Amino acid sequence: MSTAHVLLGLLAGGPRHGYDLKRAHDESLPRAKPLAFGQVYATLGRLERDGYVTESGQDRDGGPDRTSYELTDDGRRHLDTWLSAVEPPAPYVTSEIFSKVVVALHAADAERARDYLVAQRAAHMSRMRELTTAKSTPAASIGDVIAADYAIGHLEADLRWLQTTLTRVAGLSKEVTN
Amino acid sequence: MSALLSGTNVVRNYGATPALRGVDLAVDEGEIVAVTGPSGCGKSTLLHCLAGILRPDAGTVTYRDQNIGLWSEAARSRLRRTDFGVLFQFGQLVPELTAVENVALPLLLAGSGRREARSVAAEWLDRLGVAELAEQRPGAMSGGQQQRCATARALVTQPRVLFADEPTGALDVLTGEQVLGEIVRVARELGTAVVLVTHAASVAAYADREIVLRDGVLDPTGLGLGVAR
Repeated sequence: MSTAHVLLGLLAGGPRHGYDLKRAHDESLPRAKPLAFGQVYATLGRLERDGYVTESGQDRDGGPDRTSYELTDDGRRHLDTWLSAVEPPAPYVTSEIFSKVVVALHAADAERARDYLVAQRAAHMSRMRELTTAKSTPAASIGDVIAADYAIGHLEADLRWLQTTLTRVAGLSKEVTN
Repeated sequence: MSALLSGTNVVRNYGATPALRGVDLAVDEGEIVAVTGPSGCGKSTLLHCLAGILRPDAGTVTYRDQNIGLWSEAARSRLRRTDFGVLFQFGQLVPELTAVENVALPLLLAGSGRREARSVAAEWLDRLGVAELAEQRPGAMSGGQQQRCATARALVTQPRVLFADEPTGALDVLTGEQVLGEIVRVARELGTAVVLVTHAASVAAYADREIVLRDGVLDPTGLGLGVAR
């Protein structure tokens, strides 16, 4: 994911200063890694150098000077291009869980593989319960709910795949031994 | 403290086919427990045995220290009217009755007066967000609205245990999530324990904990690893 594009997207609604952008970023993407201030200013610096944003004013709200930035026409075009570019569906599965399960199934130590699979399933279920509780609280924002849905959908897909794989492997070994 | 409801070594067969081969489950007061597992694993049969709808062939089902498996059909049926609420995948509302009449039904069966029952039923429809449907018949409602009415009917007697068998299985994802959210919210408010049967991990995630069944026995791994056939 590109922080630069997210910041351009946030600026599409009107000028904002760095602190405001950091806060809006963390609120819109609540389950993503919070943005460091240093990264906000470094990214804004690069966007300004490339002509995608420009300074639009200073305000001093009882605190230090704060520089506001706004989108340029080039910046808006750049954002449009990014938004309409289709992301290539991943050609390879690269998840750590995928690798571990496959290795676990091939490992000579079946007991150990089994312990890992059971613990991983329990961890997934526990995280799903936590996310479900978080998104069900009345205080949850639409951003919280969307982010939790995304995470829950992926965890559930992992579990389904894990179960299907185990059933498939069990079926294969039965075919071999019969 | 002993559990509110428990099954011990519950066995149930359908003819020569074993559905439950000795299952233990204890549910505490106010606890939400999901019972999951693949199709045909015995989870609905377990719910029916715990709710006193079916009698186990062996083992015991204990509610408040009473072995309800030994009770007559009439006594178990009475228990389901007073202490238990049951909710199925398809609401099973009475098609000829309006929403408020459907929800009032358990109260009337328990001996409430007609006016009182209707008034309490109307409050429950409101609590489930469907007050405006009071005079509608089920045929005029969406699936989600029917399940909300069925939930109101299952909870109107303020049962100690709600048995819910795939309560959102026939609904689309968002409607199902709303209905499930309501069931869990109201159960928590009432302190009602819930036995929630589902095949979906995302539904089981609404519960405090889950047990997994496979081929009629508990699967402690959740993955069918080492379950005896």
